[in-house]
Amino acid sequence: MIRLLLLLLLLLAALPARAEEVVAGLSHQRIALTANFDGSEIMVYGAVKRDQPAPEGPLEVIVTVEGPSTPVTVRRKSRVFGIWVNTESVVISRAPSFYAIATTAPFSEILSDTENLRHQISIPRAIRAVGIAAAEDAPGFTEALVRIRQAEGHYHLDENTVGLAEATLFRADFVLPANLVEGDYRVRIFLTRGGAVVDLLEETILVRKEGLERFLYNLAQDQPLVYGTLALALAVVAALMASAAFRFFRL
Amino acid sequence: MQLYLPIAEVSVNAFALLGLGGIVGLLSGMFGVGGGFLITPLLMFIGVPSTVAVATGANQVVASSVSGVLAHLRRRTVDFRMGWVLLSGGMLGAAAGIWVFDMLRRAGQVDLLVQLSYVLFLGLIGALMFQESLRAITRARTPGAKPRRAHQHFLVHRLPLKVKFRTSGLYISVIPPVLVGASVGFLAAVMGVGGGFIMVPAMIYLLGMPTKVVIGTSLFQIVFVTAFTTLMHAVTARSVDMLLAVVLIVGGVIGAQAGTQLGLRLKAEQLRVLLAVLVLAVCFKIALDLLLRPDELYSLTVGRLP
Repeated sequence: MIRLLLLLLLLLAALPARAEEVVAGLSHQRIALTANFDGSEIMVYGAVKRDQPAPEGPLEVIVTVEGPSTPVTVRRKSRVFGIWVNTESVVISRAPSFYAIATTAPFSEILSDTENLRHQISIPRAIRAVGIAAAEDAPGFTEALVRIRQAEGHYHLDENTVGLAEATLFRADFVLPANLVEGDYRVRIFLTRGGAVVDLLEETILVRKEGLERFLYNLAQDQPLVYGTLALALAVVAALMASAAFRFFRL
Repeated sequence: MQLYLPIAEVSVNAFALLGLGGIVGLLSGMFGVGGGFLITPLLMFIGVPSTVAVATGANQVVASSVSGVLAHLRRRTVDFRMGWVLLSGGMLGAAAGIWVFDMLRRAGQVDLLVQLSYVLFLGLIGALMFQESLRAITRARTPGAKPRRAHQHFLVHRLPLKVKFRTSGLYISVIPPVLVGASVGFLAAVMGVGGGFIMVPAMIYLLGMPTKVVIGTSLFQIVFVTAFTTLMHAVTARSVDMLLAVVLIVGGVIGAQAGTQLGLRLKAEQLRVLLAVLVLAVCFKIALDLLLRPDELYSLTVGRLP
């Protein structure tokens, strides 16, 4: 009996990760891309659940929002016969279309490199650039990808933007740009202490084209001939109507 | 008000787009051109991907040339026989253009092709028009100057397969019109333009057609060639954005009517000089982009190289 109790105690001691648990919610589970979609804000809020007093050291929170990943071809221009032409290209196997990180403190201070490697949290880690090392100046191409997407507002690292109260309640706000790609957006919430990830939680936001956008996109993809004919018919009808209308006004 | 475009997958200001269509319509109404050569570069400028800009530009030209050709049909200034001959060449050229466009899109060089053909043709046509209209102005100012000969004999009269074109009053071989149609069709597919600005000078100077039937006949042919290109782009690249096209067409239709009224108050020579300056300005802007070192040497394309 005593042995059993000891074993249980040992097990509990060996599970420090469950000592603090994250619970969270999202302001939106679903985002509709309709014709007047003009970007969206989402709020991630949550709390840290404990069944014993908090351990030593400050608790930190990292929240990431990640759009669907696709392969990306990065091309570099160089001068050929006096004009700038795409000459070299590198394929990056997977890069998220959107990636935002919000933290409670400077990123490098609250997450160790090994934990970053394991959970692939930082922007360069979120991009899987395997197999491009063979190309000449491969890092230049990945850096360009991050630089361009940062300039477009698709990749963010917002340090010190997560509000954390009493090491228990937290809230992070994200702005999603107007030119959002459809797909499943993954939200990850990490609790870290001393650079190590204590607990993590994953949620999903569904971003979907809806209404007219959905209809047009599907039609263009599935029935291109019908779609093209419809586009032409629309153009002809618009022209006929305009011509008739203006003749009517002139008379 | 922002508008999310389903195919281009970008969000643009609806009023900016409407204004863009309106300005292009205004110019096309003033000068009697389709305006495709302005709309495609302007769309690329506001961030629409070049494949979508070319395909949707073609769709917009369909609308503007249909309303143009209706006006000419009422005035009976369309040479149908010439139109069909040009069209047969145009379809071949457009098919070849679509094929080349698709191949280069896969190779990542489509922007270069579009830009280069714009610089080359806008520069050439702009310079020719500028010179010609300046000459016309000076000729109009010097009284007693020799008028141009009404009928000249070119190569077109010596080739075989001669056909009578009654409306144009011509008896020439069908080979040159087919070639003209084919090259304009090719450019229409590659540049997303109707090609009126190439077709009209070619018909006047190469085929010797009378000016009054030239615009109607070229519009007649352009309607079919651009309709074919739009359809082909929709099928091969799925790059026609209907929402974008509708906004552009609405703006364009309103602008075109205003432009026609404005055009009636200006003299023909002055109009041609203005059009030449406009064409040269667009050409110059695109050439600068090619020649100057870009701010960002890298560009991204979603998807894998084939």
